[in-house]
Amino acid sequence: MEDALLVDWSRAQFALTALYHWLFVPLTLGLAFILAIMETIYVKTGNVIWKEITKFWMTLFAINFAIGLATGIIMEFEFGTNWSNYSWIAGDIFGAPLAIEGIMAFFMESTFFAIMFFGWDKVSKKMHLLSTWLVAIGSNLSALWILVANGWMQHPVGMEFNVDSARFEMSSFWDVLFNPNAYSKFLHTIGSGYVMGSLFVVGISAWYLLKGKDVVKAKKSIVVGATFGLITSLFLIVSGDESAHQVAVNQPTKLAAMEGLYDGHERVGIVAIGQLNSEKEIGDNQDEFIWSIEIPYALSFLGFHDMNAFVPGINELVYGDEDHHNIESAASKIAKGKIAIEALTRYKKAKKEGDTLVATTALADFRANEKYFGYGYLKKPEDIIPPVALTFYSFHIMVGLGTWFFMLFFLILYFAMLNKLDGKKMLLRLAVISIPLGYVAGEMGWIVAEVGRQPWAIQGMLPTGMATSSISVAAVQTTFWLFAIIFTGLLIAEVKIIFTQIKLGMENH
Amino acid sequence: MFEEMELLYLQQYWWFIIALLGGLFTFMIFVQGGQTLLNNLGKTEKEKNVIIASLGRKWELGFTSFVMFGGALFAAFPLFYAVSFGGAYYVWMAILFCFIIQAVSYEYRKKANNFFGQKIYEIFLYINGSLGIFLIGVALGTLYTGGNFIKNEMNLSHWTLDTYGLEALLNPFNLSFGLVLLFLSRVGASLYFMNNLAEESIVNRAKEQLKINALLFLGFFLLMITMLFLMSGLSYDAEGFTIVEHKFFFNLIETPILLTTFLIGVALVIFAIYSALFKNKSNAIWFHGVGTVLTVTTLLSLLGFNNTVIYPSLSDIESSLTIVNSSGSHYTLATMSYVSLMVPFVLTYIFLVWRSMDKVKISSEEIEADSHHY
Ligand code: HDD
Ligand code: HEM
Ligand code: HEM
Repeated sequence: MEDALLVDWSRAQFALTALYHWLFVPLTLGLAFILAIMETIYVKTGNVIWKEITKFWMTLFAINFAIGLATGIIMEFEFGTNWSNYSWIAGDIFGAPLAIEGIMAFFMESTFFAIMFFGWDKVSKKMHLLSTWLVAIGSNLSALWILVANGWMQHPVGMEFNVDSARFEMSSFWDVLFNPNAYSKFLHTIGSGYVMGSLFVVGISAWYLLKGKDVVKAKKSIVVGATFGLITSLFLIVSGDESAHQVAVNQPTKLAAMEGLYDGHERVGIVAIGQLNSEKEIGDNQDEFIWSIEIPYALSFLGFHDMNAFVPGINELVYGDEDHHNIESAASKIAKGKIAIEALTRYKKAKKEGDTLVATTALADFRANEKYFGYGYLKKPEDIIPPVALTFYSFHIMVGLGTWFFMLFFLILYFAMLNKLDGKKMLLRLAVISIPLGYVAGEMGWIVAEVGRQPWAIQGMLPTGMATSSISVAAVQTTFWLFAIIFTGLLIAEVKIIFTQIKLGMENH
Repeated sequence: MFEEMELLYLQQYWWFIIALLGGLFTFMIFVQGGQTLLNNLGKTEKEKNVIIASLGRKWELGFTSFVMFGGALFAAFPLFYAVSFGGAYYVWMAILFCFIIQAVSYEYRKKANNFFGQKIYEIFLYINGSLGIFLIGVALGTLYTGGNFIKNEMNLSHWTLDTYGLEALLNPFNLSFGLVLLFLSRVGASLYFMNNLAEESIVNRAKEQLKINALLFLGFFLLMITMLFLMSGLSYDAEGFTIVEHKFFFNLIETPILLTTFLIGVALVIFAIYSALFKNKSNAIWFHGVGTVLTVTTLLSLLGFNNTVIYPSLSDIESSLTIVNSSGSHYTLATMSYVSLMVPFVLTYIFLVWRSMDKVKISSEEIEADSHHY
């Protein structure tokens, strides 16, 4: 089973590097806008205290930005190094957004970052402000393109399979760009970045208030942070709802896993909290949950914006439910997929031998079953189900935290307006510990999205197992541990530096 | 307008863009050269800080060009991206590690409580500047000398040696390509400091460094070019692949435009070295820059035109890659060609920002006064 091992290590490495990258990106996305807002206040009011505030947060921004670049460069090349089959099969579509990201976003960020950071005395105030805004816009553009790429993996559109080159080719750039899945992903993800930036500013300012240090600047910062946070956390919830809707429409197995739903029915509720029954297997009659609290109708509504909607469960998706809901069983899809694979091989052979007649019929067989091509590589129907427990808990933690962040920003802003924040020690402490919770929520979100997509690299088209490079397991293990060591070392350095800068206080910048 | 173009034309256009990006990146490695010279040029802490500050405003451009080089290859020649990165695994990973450590080092080097200590970050910068650049040269060398891969009829590929790319280090051409880049980067760094710094002492040392590194660069460049001209290359047509003696030499002399850009490029680099050393000119970096871009773009162009193979397979000649059999579809190349129209725009704003930031030469007074310096 060398192959399964290779796939697992490749996945582990991708997960490791992506999760690390995501520790730094959200802060870049969010803090960049908060900086731009703060500097705008400075330029509008001419009050130098805002310049000092901006510079303080900018120092923290730069520390985080550097390690974001360090963890980002590997992602760009990892598709080639570890998913080279994927890169060939999907590269015609998938490579384009990555290249556009480089030219449109990365250069903009890195060029204007130099002015934003070193140019205070070299360019005019207006030019400096413009540069700060361009860094913010650039970082969000980079999110756009990478999420267009990821959205395509979740819901492939705008392409067709070319039998001669044996790969997917782009047929419509606009379909890829305006993929509804990419849209909801983009909005929800930048939203999570804005919330992370707000949590960071609010939490650190709260710490200053608790310590009675730099109180004036901290109070100004916390108002900006909480206002931005309140607006964006609402936006986050709305866009999260839209993401769930997209999942319901395009990735029903992911939705079923997110909710631990085995038997589908109409008017499904959402489990607000619950404990999954770990003994439960697909097809058996055990209960899904050991205990749970449900919000009635909510899943039907969240998923399909209709309280009465039918939501298919894992059992229907695996075993089919042709009679009632027109759901094809996985077994039948796998059978069709095998026909498609066989037809493609037949086509290739006939083409080589110059036998046009056989080639034509083989091609027709392939086209008739091509939709299920990827299923042909699955071993058994149960393989279409992603890890349920991981997806379920990740999703619920994320949603719970999202609700809490909204409340937090509301309370902070409310008391800040009444000028009563100083006495609210408990609330301020909660604000401080919400910083790490923000990171948790974001990482959980990606686990829902990526683990919930399994077993597919491209949903319904290309199983993850088919996507790897053909290299030795030892090679991937070596690099896995190297990444683990180096990134952990760099993370420790980053955290120590940031903590030290915060302790130095806002005056020293 | 791009939709109507022939596929081959688009493939050539994209190979040219890749070659140009390679040229621009090779110019930007003066930053890496500077990193390797940190201890030679900066004798006091103050001097080192000035050097780091001066390089620190430029390093991201080179880093981003490298990322862009990867992205453009992925979009335009996905099979090349898959075969090379997925096969010569260890070499590419080693290169990436060298860049990962660069990205944090400027920012973290002097920060209080930075875990590894200043010395380690300076070593990171040294590794990035020396090993990183050398390995990139080796990897580029394999475009001419080939790699050990096989692709099947589904175009899925694998490497045939367990060394996954490390075997490239045994090839003398690859090695000299690496050394050429290494010394070129140090030449570029010396010229850059002469232009960018107001500190007399550093500038004088840079000039001393220029002498040694220019000599080493020219020596290895001559060696590398001689080997290149003597080397055989692969040619392809509808029938298949054939080995052609002195392929790259003939590609050069039979294509007047490439011959011209090559000669002008080399002449400019030599002129830059000459004018810096003997005329004490501080603007030599610009001649060096234009010369480097022209020369490297030409050298990479030798691969993509005239039915030449861009990545020969040493394991199975029929698996070799060309711009024709490894490119994206007509639709994607045409679409991306519109995107490529942004390149001049991007270059323009980079140039303007560079100029506005470098109007005044950097001095240690300025660095001391700036609370945000590295
Ligand atoms: C601070 C972080 C954060 C918070 C509080 C939330 N999310 Fe989220 N969520 C993300 C950060 C995130 C993310 C990291 O941005 C993800 C990962 C992939 C993606 O598209 O966005 C994500 C994914 C994600 C997905 C999966 C999308 C997919 O698989 O394509 C769904 C359905 C939701 N979210 C829904 C919600 C809902 C209903 C929330 C209610 C409050 C919520 N999220 C809060
Ligand atoms: C797995 C796919 C990803 C790849 C290939 C990737 C690639 C990269 C690369 C190469 C860099 C360095 C850029 C430079 O040289 O300037 C980078 C940084 C960045 N990436 Fe990613 N990235 C990925 C995921 C994401 C996601 C999901 C987002 C946002 C939603 C994102 C947003 C950013 C941002 C904002 C930066 C710049 C600032 C920073 O590094 O903190 N990336 N990424
Ligand atoms: C930066 C945020 C991201 C995080 C934290 C993340 C997380 C993960 C995780 C945990 C896995 C492993 C899933 C499993 O094997 O069960 C994975 C796989 C993968 N992700 Fe992501 N992901 C991120 C962004 C992206 C983006 C933006 C893309 C594409 C543009 C992408 C493409 C992939 C690919 C190709 C794999 C490997 C194949 C597979 O398992 O499907 N990821 N990611």
